[in-house]
Amino acid sequence: MTYRVNINGEVRELDVPEDMPLLWALRNELGMVGTKFGCGKALCGACTVHVDGVAQRSCSLPVGSIGADSKVTTIEALEKTEIGRALQQAWLEEDVMQCGYCQAGQLMNASALLARNPKPSASQIDSAMAGNICRCACYTRIRDAIAVVAEKGTANV
Amino acid sequence: MSEQATLSRRTLLKASALAGGGLVLTASIPMVARAATAAAGGPAEATLNAFVSIAPDNTITIVGKNPEIGQGIKTMLPMLIADELDADWNQVRVTQAESDAARFGPQLAGGSFATPMNWMPMRQVGAATRQMMLAAAAQRWGVDAKGLKTELGKVIEVSSGRSATYGELASDAAKLSPPDPATVTLKDPKAFHIIGRAIGGVDSPRVVKGEPIFGVDTQLPGMVYAAFERSHVFGAKLKSANLDAVKAEPGVIDAFVIEGNGNAEQLVDGVAILSNNWWLANKAREKLTIEWDNGPWGDHSSQRYDETARAAMASGKPQEPIVSHGDVDAAFASAAKVLDQEYFYPFLAHVPMEPQNCTALMHDDGAIEFWAPTQNPQAGQGSVAQMLGITPDKVRLHITRMGGGFGRRLTNDFMHQAAAIAQKVPGTPVQLIWSREDDVRSDFYRPAGWHRLRAAIDADGKLTGFDDHFVTFSLPGAGAYNPAAMAPDIFPAKYVPNLRYAQTQMETRVPMGALRAPSSNALAYVMQSFLDEVAVETGKDLPTLLLEMIDGREKEPDERGFMGVSPGFNPDRMRGVITKAMAMANWGKPVADGHALGFGFYFSHMGYFAEVVEASLSDRKQVQVHNVWAAGDVGSHIINPFGALNQVEGSIIDGIGQAMGLAVQIENGGAKQSNFHDYQLPRMPITPKIHTEFVITDNAPTGMGEPALPPVIPALTNALFKLTGKRVRSLPIDTKLFA
Ligand code: FES
Ligand code: FES
Repeated sequence: MTYRVNINGEVRELDVPEDMPLLWALRNELGMVGTKFGCGKALCGACTVHVDGVAQRSCSLPVGSIGADSKVTTIEALEKTEIGRALQQAWLEEDVMQCGYCQAGQLMNASALLARNPKPSASQIDSAMAGNICRCACYTRIRDAIAVVAEKGTANV
Repeated sequence: MSEQATLSRRTLLKASALAGGGLVLTASIPMVARAATAAAGGPAEATLNAFVSIAPDNTITIVGKNPEIGQGIKTMLPMLIADELDADWNQVRVTQAESDAARFGPQLAGGSFATPMNWMPMRQVGAATRQMMLAAAAQRWGVDAKGLKTELGKVIEVSSGRSATYGELASDAAKLSPPDPATVTLKDPKAFHIIGRAIGGVDSPRVVKGEPIFGVDTQLPGMVYAAFERSHVFGAKLKSANLDAVKAEPGVIDAFVIEGNGNAEQLVDGVAILSNNWWLANKAREKLTIEWDNGPWGDHSSQRYDETARAAMASGKPQEPIVSHGDVDAAFASAAKVLDQEYFYPFLAHVPMEPQNCTALMHDDGAIEFWAPTQNPQAGQGSVAQMLGITPDKVRLHITRMGGGFGRRLTNDFMHQAAAIAQKVPGTPVQLIWSREDDVRSDFYRPAGWHRLRAAIDADGKLTGFDDHFVTFSLPGAGAYNPAAMAPDIFPAKYVPNLRYAQTQMETRVPMGALRAPSSNALAYVMQSFLDEVAVETGKDLPTLLLEMIDGREKEPDERGFMGVSPGFNPDRMRGVITKAMAMANWGKPVADGHALGFGFYFSHMGYFAEVVEASLSDRKQVQVHNVWAAGDVGSHIINPFGALNQVEGSIIDGIGQAMGLAVQIENGGAKQSNFHDYQLPRMPITPKIHTEFVITDNAPTGMGEPALPPVIPALTNALFKLTGKRVRSLPIDTKLFA
């Protein structure tokens, strides 16, 4: 079956079984490997993408379930939004990462959070980010970097 | 300053021209172990190499030779060179070296060794390069180099102010003979402008854009993906598999049996399935039926190990001594009070965020090429060559950035699997990817351990006797490498007058390996908890007891080091971090209602850390950690404060996570846990505020990847005792204890 999916503003054709998770269509069919595999069971958030601006776990999102009008955004297009650029910059300025493997998912989830709630409280940040595991445990810095962007706003980016 | 690795006179510096103009400086550095180390059977020597090149466009490229697992080494080692070279950090690029012992010397991410091994040699390489820039400018201008200085990648004549960039001078410098490295002058540390500055990771800008940079991101023309089914029972042998049914599944290109070689660190039996999409290959595993021969291992279980260990401890008869001194039996016979308790900690998995994977391509001439996320690449090259019956020079290995290591990627079983699969499809690159379930169930686990501890306390409240019966594991046949072994000098070994450590080993087939701060991650919990029991019994607190124990004691002599970089234990440094942590946490002062503080100290991987945890229990009796204060002594400089603080914070959360909820249980000969639902890593909401300070001492800098982890576990359990009067003698913490 061929599916047409809008990914980062471009309609891509995917000739895959309907139950193939978007993650593996991105990585192995389209060669878009920025979206990461961590658990395959919606437990870690490494594979987070946006579907119509909402954070979703692509490892558990069948290609066949994505609506023809839906827009998928991946880490490769994060820099196209103001919030995305502000987060990338804060991530570098706060030296958030250790190994970096979880960070695509963290950034995608954080950007969805700030898009719906530009000024989250500390506990709102914690609960919104609780689904994203960082094995290196950079949590103090992820928390701080999100707070920095929330504080400054994104106007200057 | 204590002894440390430095460039010797036998160091070879070679200058040559960079293609297209410019300078390449190659330093070949023999690392000479101290005579004492060599005499004790330690490694006699190895070579460390460094490569610096300066292009006419003023780009300075430094080869990062060690594998990057998130510990920050790819940023930190080049900082050492760049500072002494007086470069502008903005002009520095870092490239990742291939695995090549002959060119790069040891390339290993493990043991927190890289900092002490490289601190002086890399600085000397930078200083030698700077001297060549000065010489090239002096020659060009026909002046004495004494009148020249360097600044941010330029040579400047002090009198006239004229200047030339390193890029402009590089081609001239390539024609000069390099200085004798032993004579180059190092900077006064006061002039450091890169060392000590918080510098972001060199790969981070690529990571935040999702660029392909990790092992599993490797893509090669014509590449296929492989899933690998193996037994859940450790040590099982494959008898038969229904390959035909699997080959009929959608997307499956091929499926075949891989015959193992009986060594879990290399190749276990299994079935490989190939597809153009890994998900399809992995899904086809659902159709596999394999008949396994479990041999004698199918009924091994954590419960059985526990029963055996408890019986051994109750018998009071350890199999073999580890260390003993004084008259332990007399100390107990004359004791006014004896404490006698059993402690336990479980198997743990590493679960680095990037699941195990490896890309391999078997070339037509029998050579093999890898793109491998491995912490231990040279060992992998060697053992794969041996398995394939080829010479090591036929194994080419590109080291990729890794999504975490924690010790898991020191063992290269994934490389052997990828090799065995690639061997069946020569000319086609194969990317083997493990599912998270494969990763949790095919780990080399931190071994579980049991300790029966006894303490003799005399009528004056002095700790006079200490006795530990440790129950651990051995693997049949193997040379008994125990990654959780108890060294004879584990604290408090030398600090109690009558002391005995002894052990009993149980045979297992559960694969075991080093987990971040191996041995220490378990022993800190056991020893610092039990010493807290002693402190409580004698009416004092743990830091007071620890300070009394080391009172008046001198620094221990350097005994056995790794290439001469392991100074002996220094009680002064222990005292320094203990008093610092007490001050930071306001130890002894009242805390918030319903909160309590706990203390832990540990010395591991050449680093000294004292930590204080502030904890409470929620209404539902869940453990909450509010603050952690950490005082660390890792020597004279914190080379990159960004990386250093990140390691301390990560280690502390890692340790808290282990204590609060991590265990792998063995059932029916295999691991019961399989993914993050039943192996629950710490998440952001449990993250406390972490306050870190470093005690700066006149000692060569040492590594940061491990030593901050061990003390946080007993600091937490000691806080919970303070809070509830309940002693946590088994990990992970069972909150039913507080009900
Ligand atoms: S890989 Fe999708 S949530 Fe873990
Ligand atoms: S930075 Fe390593 S898993 Fe998050």
